[in-house]
Amino acid sequence: MQLTSFSFKSNVRRKLIDPLLQRNMKRFGGRFVEARAAVMTEVGNLEEIRVAAAAIRDRSLANLDSYLLTFEEKARARGTEVHWAETAQDVNRILIGIAQASGVRKIVKSKSMVSEESGLNDAVEAAGMEAIETDLGEYILQLAHEPPSHIIAPAIHKSVEEVAELFSEKHHTPRSTDIPALCREAREQLRPHFLSADMGISGGNFLIAETGSVVIVTNEGNGRMVTTLPRIHVAITGIEKVLPTLNDFSTIVRLLTRSATGQSITNYVSMLTGPRQEGDLDGPLQSHIILVDSGRSRLLGTEMQKALRCIRCGACMNHCPVYQNIGGHAYGWVYPGPIGAILTPSYVGLENALDLPQASTLCGACQVVCPVKIPLPELMRVLREKSFERGLRPWYERMSIRLWRGFANHPRLYALLTQVGVRLLSMLGGKKGLLHRLPGLDGWTEGRDMPAPQGRTFRELYRNRRS
Amino acid sequence: MSARDNILARVRRGLGLPGDKPGAERVLTEEHIRKNQRGPRPAYRWDNDADRFQERSEKLGTTVDRVATLSEVPAAVARYLMEKALPQNGVMWPGLRSLEWEDAGLSFATREARPDDLVGVTGAFCAISETGTLMLLSGKDTPAAVSLLPETHIAIVEMQRIVPGMEEAWDLMKAERGAPPRAINFVSGPSRTADIEQTIVIGAHGPYRVHVVLYGSADFQ
Repeated sequence: MQLTSFSFKSNVRRKLIDPLLQRNMKRFGGRFVEARAAVMTEVGNLEEIRVAAAAIRDRSLANLDSYLLTFEEKARARGTEVHWAETAQDVNRILIGIAQASGVRKIVKSKSMVSEESGLNDAVEAAGMEAIETDLGEYILQLAHEPPSHIIAPAIHKSVEEVAELFSEKHHTPRSTDIPALCREAREQLRPHFLSADMGISGGNFLIAETGSVVIVTNEGNGRMVTTLPRIHVAITGIEKVLPTLNDFSTIVRLLTRSATGQSITNYVSMLTGPRQEGDLDGPLQSHIILVDSGRSRLLGTEMQKALRCIRCGACMNHCPVYQNIGGHAYGWVYPGPIGAILTPSYVGLENALDLPQASTLCGACQVVCPVKIPLPELMRVLREKSFERGLRPWYERMSIRLWRGFANHPRLYALLTQVGVRLLSMLGGKKGLLHRLPGLDGWTEGRDMPAPQGRTFRELYRNRRS
Repeated sequence: MSARDNILARVRRGLGLPGDKPGAERVLTEEHIRKNQRGPRPAYRWDNDADRFQERSEKLGTTVDRVATLSEVPAAVARYLMEKALPQNGVMWPGLRSLEWEDAGLSFATREARPDDLVGVTGAFCAISETGTLMLLSGKDTPAAVSLLPETHIAIVEMQRIVPGMEEAWDLMKAERGAPPRAINFVSGPSRTADIEQTIVIGAHGPYRVHVVLYGSADFQ
C-alpha cells in the first residue's frame, strides 16, 4: 500500500473538512463500542481472561523462533509448503512464483492486511494475473480503487449511497440503496469467481504450532470459499501470529471476536491443516503458507515488543477519539488508529511516520479495551521520546522543550516567569476567564476557548495554604 | 543464508538468545505444548448443554428442531423444507447415506457440493453449547463445501455430542482422530456481513439459513 504517513498533518486537515467522510464517521460513531461493551459484560471474569491472553501472546513471542520451527515442522509433515519472506517485496515475489509455477490466471482473495503491506494485488496484476477481493468491504474498495480504512471493517468510511453508485456503474445494474440487495448483488457477482479461480489467498489470524495449522476467523464465508474451492491455497501472515496450542487459541478467540465486532464467536472459525487428503472430495490440492517478517523481528527485545501481541481486533481504533474524527486513511498506511500509530513507524521507519505517535490525546481508552493489554499510550510516548532524541521533531518544538528544560532547571527563574505568565493570561482572559486566542498556539484556540488561569501559580497557592 | 535462516537469526538476536538456532529452549517449548494447559473460562455457567446450545443457536439466527431418534431425522428434515417452501433435494454428506431419506420423500445426492445445490445436509463432529456452534471435520464422507455452497444448510447433531466449550471439542477430536483433518470448520449461524454502514445482513457468501436437527436424549447429563 502506498505510504502517505509522512504527510499525516495535511491528510488530517483534508479529512476534517471532507463533509462526506465526516458524515460517514459520525454514523460509525459508537456502534462497535456498544456491541463490544454488551458482549463483554456477559463474560464476568474479563480481566482474568485478558491477563491469560496477554501471557499466551508473551509466551509465543518470548520463544518465537522455537514455536515457528515447531509450526514449520508440523505444517510440512501435513504437506503444506512453508515459505519465509523477509520483506514485503519478497511476499509478492514468492506468491507470483507459486502462481506461475502452476499456471494460475485467476486469484480470489479473502481479507489479508499483510498483503496490503506489500501491495500484492498490483504486483499480481503487473504479472498478468487477475486478483479479486471477495470480502464485501474489500471488494467495494477494489472497485473504488481505494485502500482500506479499518482493519476489520475496511469500507467503514463509505456510505450506502457511494456503494450504490459504485455497484451500478461497475456492474451495469439499476442503482439501489437497499443494503441487503447490494449484498446479494456482490454475492452474485463473486460466486462465479470463487468457482473458476485457480488460487485462493487468505490471511491467517493465527498459526498453531501444535498442529501446523492456520486459523481464519470470518463472517461472510468468503474465507471458507477461497480456502476450499480453488486448487491452490496460499495463506499469508506475520511471523508473530503463532500460538503454541489449540487451547491457547480457544482462550484468545473468545476475546478476539468480542473485541472486534461484539460477537461471542464469528460465524466461521476455520482451521486449515495441509492440502486435500487421500479420499477427500473437496479442498485445495496445494497448500502454502508465507511467513512474513517485514520489520516485525526488529521489534523483538525492544520496548515495542508488546505491540507484537496484537491480535488485530480493531478495538483500539473503534474507541479512539482521534480515529473517530479523522478516519483510517489519514494515518497513511495499512494499520490505522492507535495500533497503527505504533506499528507504522516501527515497520516503515519513524522518519516516515513522524506525526503518528503524536496523533493521540493519550486518553488511554485504547489500552483499557485492548484484549491483550498492549500499553498503547506508553508505547506512543516511547516513540515520541525517540523522535525527539533522534532530532526528528521540528526546530520550534525542539527549541521550546530545550527552553523549558532550561527554566525547569532553575526553580527561582521558573517561579518568577510563571508568576508573570499566569497573571498576564488571567488579565487577557477578562471577566469570563476564557482565552479566544493564544499567540503561537492558535492551533489550540482555533476551535475552542482556553480557560484562563486565575492569577496565582500552584506554588503560590501551596505556600499560602501552608503559612 | 536463506530468508528463513536470516529471519530466525534476527528473531534470536532480538530476543537476546544465544546462537542461530534454538537448543534447550526448543525442548522446553515442546514440553509446554505437550502440557496443553487450558486457559480460564468465562464465569457464565449453564445447567443443560442441549438447552444452552439451542438458546445460543437461536440467538445467532439458527433454527433448532429436536427429535427422539436418528430414524426420525429424515421426516424432520422434510418437514422443515416443506415449511420453508424449499426444494426437497440437494446434496448430502455421503456419511448420511444410510438413513431412510426416500421414505420421507427426499432425494439428496451423496457427493461434494456443486454450484446449483440449494440445500446441503451434513452431520457434525460435535457441537459447542457455550456459543451455539457446530464443529465440522472435513473427510471423504464429510466434504467441507456441503455446509458452504448451498443457500440452506441443515445439520444433524446427536445430543450426546454437545460439549461445553471449544476446549472439550479439541479433546474429543484428538481422542477420536488423533490429528486434525484438512479443514475444521466451526459454524455459528448463517453467514453474515456488516460491511456496508455496519448494517448486519444475513446471507453473505455462505448459507442464508442454518437449521439444526438434534436427535437422541440429553439424559446423560
